[in-house]
Amino acid sequence: MAVVARFEVEYTRFLDAEGKATQPLPPFALDPAALIPLYRAMTQARLFDAKAIALQRTGKIGTFASALGQEAIGIGVASAMRVEDVLVPSYRDHAAQLQRGVTMAESLLYWGGDERGSNFAVPRMDFPIAVPIATQVCHAAGCAYAFKLRNEPRVAVCILGDGGTSKGDFYEALNLAAVWQAPLVVVVNNNQWAISVPRSQQSAAPTLAQKAIAAGIEGCQADGNDIVAVRHLAQQAIAKARAGGGPSLIEAISYRLGDHTTADDATRYRDPAEVEPQWAFEPIRRLRNHLLRLNAWSAEQEEALVRECSEAVNAAVEAYLATPPPTAADMFDQLYAALPAALREQRAAALHFAPHDGGDHG
Amino acid sequence: MAELNLVEAVNRALAWEMEHDPAVVLLGEDIGVNGGVFRATVGLQQRFGAARVIDTALAETAIAGTAVGMAAMGLKPVAEIQFSGFIYPTLDHIINHASRLRHRTRGRLACPLVLRSPCGAGIHAPEHHSESPEALFAHVPGLRVVMPSSPGRAYGLLLAAIRDPDPVIFLEPTRLYRLFKQEVADDGAALPLDVCFTLRAGNDLTLVSWGAMLQETQAAAEVLAAEGIGAEVVDLATLKPLDMATILDSVARTGRCVIVHEAARSGGLGAEIAANLAERGIYSLQAPVQRVTGYDVVVPLARLEYQYLPSVERIVAAARQTLEVT
Repeated sequence: MAVVARFEVEYTRFLDAEGKATQPLPPFALDPAALIPLYRAMTQARLFDAKAIALQRTGKIGTFASALGQEAIGIGVASAMRVEDVLVPSYRDHAAQLQRGVTMAESLLYWGGDERGSNFAVPRMDFPIAVPIATQVCHAAGCAYAFKLRNEPRVAVCILGDGGTSKGDFYEALNLAAVWQAPLVVVVNNNQWAISVPRSQQSAAPTLAQKAIAAGIEGCQADGNDIVAVRHLAQQAIAKARAGGGPSLIEAISYRLGDHTTADDATRYRDPAEVEPQWAFEPIRRLRNHLLRLNAWSAEQEEALVRECSEAVNAAVEAYLATPPPTAADMFDQLYAALPAALREQRAAALHFAPHDGGDHG
Repeated sequence: MAELNLVEAVNRALAWEMEHDPAVVLLGEDIGVNGGVFRATVGLQQRFGAARVIDTALAETAIAGTAVGMAAMGLKPVAEIQFSGFIYPTLDHIINHASRLRHRTRGRLACPLVLRSPCGAGIHAPEHHSESPEALFAHVPGLRVVMPSSPGRAYGLLLAAIRDPDPVIFLEPTRLYRLFKQEVADDGAALPLDVCFTLRAGNDLTLVSWGAMLQETQAAAEVLAAEGIGAEVVDLATLKPLDMATILDSVARTGRCVIVHEAARSGGLGAEIAANLAERGIYSLQAPVQRVTGYDVVVPLARLEYQYLPSVERIVAAARQTLEVT
C-alpha cells in the first residue's frame, strides 16, 4: 500500500484571550497604533449591532441577524481587501460591509424592510447579502472568473457560516473555482451554531477547512476571535489570489454569543452555561487587552471612542428613520431594465390603491 | 443567406454575438471540445478559446450560480443546461438571485445572463430529457422566458436574449433541432422580445402555441383551411412577459381561441392565457376557450410520448368544438 496524498490544516493565532502575543506578530500588527483603526471598527460594528437589536425590539426594524462576538472576522477580512475587490457576504456580515463602506443607515434601511438599503453609495460592485445559505459562494466564484478573464487584479471575497459548508453550493463553487484557479477567497465564519444545530452535528469532519482540500484548494484555520490572525490570513489569501495563485479557504473559528437572529431564542436549544465562558474569548476584549498591555490604549480613549461610535450610530438611526418610505412604483421600476408592457396595468393599480399618505402601512 | 436547422441557427447566433461582444462567455457541460451534446456550440471553443467557451465541471447549481456572479460583474454569460430535466438544481440561483438582483440593488447590479436548455418530448429520449418546464420559470417575476419555433426565430430571439439586460431562460425544443431547415440571414439582426409572432392570418378562430407544438398547430390550421375555416396562428415566442395585446387583438376578430402546449395542463401557461382572455376578452369570445395540452401525468418514455403530445387530430377536434358554438 502506498500513501498517494497527505494533507495538513494549519491553525493560526497571534493573540491569546488576554491579548498576549503567542508568537511574533505579522508586520501590519507590529505598530499598535496601526491596530487602533481595527479596534475602532470592531467597536463601531458592535455598537451598531446592539442598536439594531434594540430597534428590532421596539418595532423600528424587522428581523436582524446579530454578529455579536464575530466582529474580528468581518473587520479582519474586509480590512485586507482593496476598494476594487468585491465582497459577497451572507446576512451576518454587516461588520465586513461597514468596513467596506456600506453605511449604517443603509444597513438599517435594508433590515428595516426597504431594498434601497442595498443600493450602496460606496462599494458599488459589492453584492447585497445572500439570505439563501451558501449561494453566495457560487456568485463569488463567478465574479472571480470575470476578473480573471479580463485580467483585472481584483479578488472576490465571500463569507459564509459553518452551516453553509454543508450545502452543495459550497462544494460546487470551491470545485469550479479551483479548476479555474480563480481569484477567490472563501471565509467560513464557524460560530459553532447554525440556528439550533451545533457544529458537531453539522459535519463529522474535524475541521471545516479541510473541505477545501477535497477541491484542491488550500484550507487553513484561524482563531476567528483574533483579528490579527484573521487579517493576516486574509491578507495572504487575497495577495495570493491577486497574484494568480488561485482560491483559498479560511475557517475562522468564533462563537455566536447571541441568538441566530432577533426571531430566535437560543435558550430553547443551547445551555446558557455554554455561552458564558465564551465571553472570555471575544475579539474586542482581546484586542483591547493587547493594546492595554502595550500602553497603546487608555480608559479615556475608550470612553471617547464609545461616545463617538454611539453618536455615529444615533446619527445613522436618525437618517434611517427620516428616510421617506418607497412608493408602490418602487416594487416595479427596477424589476427589469425597462418596465415590460405586461406590467404597466399592475403598476398603475398598485399606485391607484396606494395609501394616500404614502406611508408603509402594515 | 444560409439553409440552417434550428440547432445550427443557435450556433450561428452564439458565434455572432461572441464575435461582436467580448463580454459574452459560454459555460456548460460538454459544450467546449465536444460542442455540446446536441452540437449547439460546435466549433465555438476552437474559435473563441477555452476561457470564453467553458467546459464546466458537472454541477448545474454552480453553472447557474457562477453565471450570476459573472453577469453581475459585467460579463454576458450564456449557460447551457444539458437537458431540461437537469435544470431544477439551477432554480435557487435563477429564482432567488438572477431574477431579483437588479431589483434588490435598485439597479446597482444587474444579471444579464441567458440560461439555454433543450426542452420537450418527441425524440425518443431517455427519462428526464423530455420535460417542458416553461411555466415554472414564467411564474417568476424578473425573468424572461423565450422559446423559438423555427431556425429564423431561434437566431433572432437568441441574439435578443443575449443582448437583453436582464436574465432570460431560453428553451430550445429538441424536436425542432434538426426537423427542418430554413433560410436564415446570419447578419446579427435580433428579433424583438416580449411580442408574439402571427404566423398565419385567419378570421374564424385563433390558435395560440409556442415551440415545437407549432408544428402540429400549423398542420391543424392546414386541415381546417381545407374545410374553408380560417385559423389565425399565433406563436407566443416570449412566454414571460406575455404579449396579451396581440392575442386579444386576434380574438377580438375571431371570437374563438384554442391554446396548444405540450407541458402538463394544470397551472400551465394556457391557463394564464385563458384567464387573461376571460378577464379582458370575454365580450369578444363566442365560444369557451379550449386548451389542448400534455396531460397532468409524468412525461412518458418513448413508447407513449406521441400519445402524450397534443396531436393534429386533438387540435382540430378542439377547434371544431369551439366552432360548433354559435
